[in-house]
Amino acid sequence: MKNAGSAAAAFAIAMLALLPLWAPRYIISLAAEVFIFGIAALSLNVLLGYTGLVSMGHAAFFATGGYAAGLIAKSVSTSFWLTLPMGILAAGVLALVVVLFALRTAAVTFLMITLAVGQMLYALAIRWRPVTGGSDGLIGIPRPTGFGIEMDGTRMYWVALALFVAVLWLLRRILAAPFGRTLVGIRENEGRLQALGCNVRAYKLASFVLAGAVAGIAGVLFAHFNGFVSPSEVHWQRSGQLLIMIIIGGVDSLIGPLLGAFVVVAIQDLVSSYTMRWMTIMGLLFVGFVLVARGGLVGLWHAFVRGVAVRVRPRSEVT
Amino acid sequence: MDLSFLSLQFLNGMAFAMTLFLVAVGLTLIFGLMDVLNLAHGAFYLVGAYIGLTVLKVTGNFWLALIIAPNAVAALGYLVEVLVIRPVYARGHLDQVLLTLGLAYILADLARGIWGAQEEALATPVLLAGSVAMAGLRFPLYRFFVIAFGIAAAVALWVLIERTRWGAMIRAGVSNRTMARNLGIDIGKVFAHTFAFGCGLAALGGVVAGPIIGVAPGLDAEILMLALIVVVTGGLGSLPGSFWGSILIGQADTFGKTLFPQFSLFLIFGVMALVLLYRPSGLLGKPQL
Repeated sequence: MKNAGSAAAAFAIAMLALLPLWAPRYIISLAAEVFIFGIAALSLNVLLGYTGLVSMGHAAFFATGGYAAGLIAKSVSTSFWLTLPMGILAAGVLALVVVLFALRTAAVTFLMITLAVGQMLYALAIRWRPVTGGSDGLIGIPRPTGFGIEMDGTRMYWVALALFVAVLWLLRRILAAPFGRTLVGIRENEGRLQALGCNVRAYKLASFVLAGAVAGIAGVLFAHFNGFVSPSEVHWQRSGQLLIMIIIGGVDSLIGPLLGAFVVVAIQDLVSSYTMRWMTIMGLLFVGFVLVARGGLVGLWHAFVRGVAVRVRPRSEVT
Repeated sequence: MDLSFLSLQFLNGMAFAMTLFLVAVGLTLIFGLMDVLNLAHGAFYLVGAYIGLTVLKVTGNFWLALIIAPNAVAALGYLVEVLVIRPVYARGHLDQVLLTLGLAYILADLARGIWGAQEEALATPVLLAGSVAMAGLRFPLYRFFVIAFGIAAAVALWVLIERTRWGAMIRAGVSNRTMARNLGIDIGKVFAHTFAFGCGLAALGGVVAGPIIGVAPGLDAEILMLALIVVVTGGLGSLPGSFWGSILIGQADTFGKTLFPQFSLFLIFGVMALVLLYRPSGLLGKPQL
């Protein structure tokens, strides 16, 4: 069963890697965007789906990775081996500062503080013009270089895919390990873990920094891929969008956030060519999912599979 | 930086503080009773300000706008509570927060669709358009009105919650929901009314502040952030907390903007951080788990 799963995953990755051979440029660029936001949503899901912390300022870490990479690429070096680690580092350090502050207060206040801090950084991104480029954002960010070559659009797609797979694999390992089980324990019953002698605060802190750093990866990719980072990447609507991706995709799985990222990017692209009101449509879809399909697409799929299984099996076996 | 300049800034700060109070008190009331953090609160403020703008443009009467907009938004809030939030009470407050997040998206986007993306201002009512001369300085009369209005609203709310039957029902619901229901209080009705009332207060804030700060897309997020900071600083669920929190944050914002315009937000966050450092539950909040 495990081998079958790995084989299926390997096949899916191979198919996605071959996409640039036949698909038009436009599809490739959308797919790259899906992977980039997939990484960001995946990182937020470490908090929402595992530790049970609700952060409404996650876009700040995404954007910090992007700004850091952009600044370095523009003024120091375009080497991906420099921009990527620095982006991760910047996002991780910011996450550490935010969480040290936010964890002082109660669970509900945690959400409020992350939202408020995120919005403050949004305002900072607009006002700190000499560094961030103000409301225009940081523009003209060059493509990264690595192994002596410049990453063009197609190569960026492969980089995004590879990093997505790497992040997915890494998070799977981390979350299946005792560390991840402890996070789930904190979500389910914080008091009990505390009573068992677990340092809940340290685990929350670690999961938040991990999530922030991974969001930084997505930000670095975003900056290089689009050639710009703007304050709207910091705005709480961006943070909300990541939450929306997770909920639409499904909280209780690692692949859910990718599905959600796909749906949101696709809707944004499809709907915005017909109407300006794509945010309304996305909002309505999101509210619908929360109300009637809280498990997201993954949950719907499981329900569907169960339904089929019940129908196929002989009556006597169904209890 | 003479005394007259400082007193003028203080007045501006108070006027802004009272606007923040109207918004924050609705947020804290809804949260205190229902455990719902209403992320659409800023959007309700925005929609209220826009409805006020439209009424003002059509009728030319500010006072009519001040009555119609909050009531219209309260009606909208009532519908939202009954149709969207009520079905998920049993599921805990994350789902409710998520629903209000969705609503915030929808309302802000629809407002942009209906009222456009330009910045607009509500005209100051003729009656209050002048200024008052005091100690050789001229203070805009409308700011005095906003301050007086805010203080009157705070007193009225206090009376409403501490001295009326409806207030007693809310307080009962806050301290023990199940017990209140068993005593025969229709808690669902109290919830819906409180949610509508809180949204109406946000809209009231939007109209009152309209002649000073105007109305534009994006204001919803800014107001929501400030209201959250006020509520966290003052103490979650506390009415006096949101009053004093508003004054603290309103003044910090106004003085910060004049003293170091580029980084005024850091002053607000500094104030919030300092308060939370010594009182993690806010100035007047009860300690929470």
